[in-house]
Amino acid sequence: MKQPKVTAASYLGKKRLVQSGVLALIAGIYAIGCYILQFDTIQGTLSIPKAFAWLAINFMPTQSSMSYLPQIMEKLFDTVLMSIASVVVAAVIAIFFAILGSKVTGINKFMQVLVRGIASFFRNIPLVAWAMILLFSFKQSNFTGFLALLLMTIGFLIRAFMEIIEDEAGEAMMALKATGASYFQVIFQAVIPQIIPSLISWILYMIENNVRDATLVGILTGTGIGFIFDIYYKSFRFDAAGMTVLSIIVVVIGLETLSNQIRKVIL
Amino acid sequence: MLEVKNLAKSYQKDKPALTDISFKIDPGNFVAIIGPSGAGKTTILRSLNQLIKDDAGEILLDGEDIRSANKKELRKLRRQIGMIFQNYNLVERLTVLENVLHGRLGYKSTLAGVIGRYTEEEKREALDLLDKVGLSEFALQRCSELSGGQKQRVGIARALIQHPKVILCDEPIASLDPASAQNVMKLLKELTEEFNIICIANLHQIDLAKEHADQIIGIRHGQMIFNDTADKLSKDAIAELYGTSAAKELA
Ligand SMILES: Nc1ncnc2c1ncn2[C@@H]1O[C@H](COP(=O)(O)OP(=O)(O)O)[C@@H](O)[C@H]1O
Ligand SMILES: [Mg+2]
Repeated sequence: MKQPKVTAASYLGKKRLVQSGVLALIAGIYAIGCYILQFDTIQGTLSIPKAFAWLAINFMPTQSSMSYLPQIMEKLFDTVLMSIASVVVAAVIAIFFAILGSKVTGINKFMQVLVRGIASFFRNIPLVAWAMILLFSFKQSNFTGFLALLLMTIGFLIRAFMEIIEDEAGEAMMALKATGASYFQVIFQAVIPQIIPSLISWILYMIENNVRDATLVGILTGTGIGFIFDIYYKSFRFDAAGMTVLSIIVVVIGLETLSNQIRKVIL
Repeated sequence: MLEVKNLAKSYQKDKPALTDISFKIDPGNFVAIIGPSGAGKTTILRSLNQLIKDDAGEILLDGEDIRSANKKELRKLRRQIGMIFQNYNLVERLTVLENVLHGRLGYKSTLAGVIGRYTEEEKREALDLLDKVGLSEFALQRCSELSGGQKQRVGIARALIQHPKVILCDEPIASLDPASAQNVMKLLKELTEEFNIICIANLHQIDLAKEHADQIIGIRHGQMIFNDTADKLSKDAIAELYGTSAAKELA
């Protein structure tokens, strides 16, 4: 047996040194950042409880806020439908591109690079920017919001689906290719059945995510739940705005619970 | 008969993975390819059905050169060559029966294959083969519910339904417990004789190779340094393949 060159003690000592160094570096960056932004840590921390107290008092829904509930529910329903629609359409488009672009199912190198480029373009433009850009062409409408969510979701799902294909389908694909199966047979008999659980899992996740994001998009495009939140907020009906936020939270948690149940069944 | 002449392959320039590999195998023979990890065993097997494009040589299956086949001809040749994998490579979410029927895809029109339409005859044969490998009561279960040994037997049935002349097995028992490994080896050996096919298996375990194989091919650093009947594999030959210390351990 050869003796290891580094003993455990000296190895651990070195590790501790590195850890302390990293910590000091982070503290330094924070201090410099605070100085540049003129952010007073102590003052900032002290104001947190006060801010929350203010929020709790003003945004707490009261008995009378209940009257807003039908309107909120209607808009929330629209928003959930829009999220589902955007994700379903995005998923269909994304699976097509993911198959063209993944390392294992891709047609050629050029397509792989192209698809990766498209995906990262759509994904890396922030949702808010998408909404603002699309507002020029499509004005304030449900369609603008739908399109903004759609484009961003396509970007995310292409990337996710490509990784799923590469991780989960490669082995079964090789086996079918070896039997003499054609490209399309391999895609439909091996790749798609193999990846369906992960696919559905991602689709469910994006639906939850888009309900949250749709709120933000709605503020900009003047539609859905975001729009009425904006109205309540700007007309100082804070209790109704609070009611809106509460409803969104309840619906998102509900969706999350539901999709976890679905995941349990399909996986 | 399978005949390989002067097969060569390098993944990177000046680093040959295979050099000048030549051998012949007659039907009914069970052949083990042995050699240290990284020797080039997988590269040989995958060249035989052209999952890997090699650089030079000839691969003749009953006189037909698989290396010069076009896309359509390659599909036709591949369906005569079954393949079995260390990780089984099944479509885990589909049923055992569906996985066996995948072995028929090479014989079907693209559309029939895409939608998974199989004839009654094909289904009957799949069930017969499942019976043969001892899995008849599992036909409608998902593959993900099976044990490793059972999955490998599904893989074997999938290869057999191709009506192959050759079955290639890349480390078929490396993920199995010793008892299942023995079972799978015995099954492969029996089927080779029964169907009079060629079975080539990359193996780690020299003892199993000696026990089951008719012929052994030894590979080291991409070169063939042994090719003879199993009883001729001496301690010296093993030492040459794996180095002296390994030979002592194995002896
Ligand atoms: N895709 C690849 N790209 C580059 N080198 C590879 C690739 N596949 C195998 N090799 C190299 O070729 C040699 C033979 O590999 P392989 O055929 O897998 O050996 P074995 O199956 O005997 O372990 C090894 O040195 C390996 O590193
Ligand atoms: Mg190998």
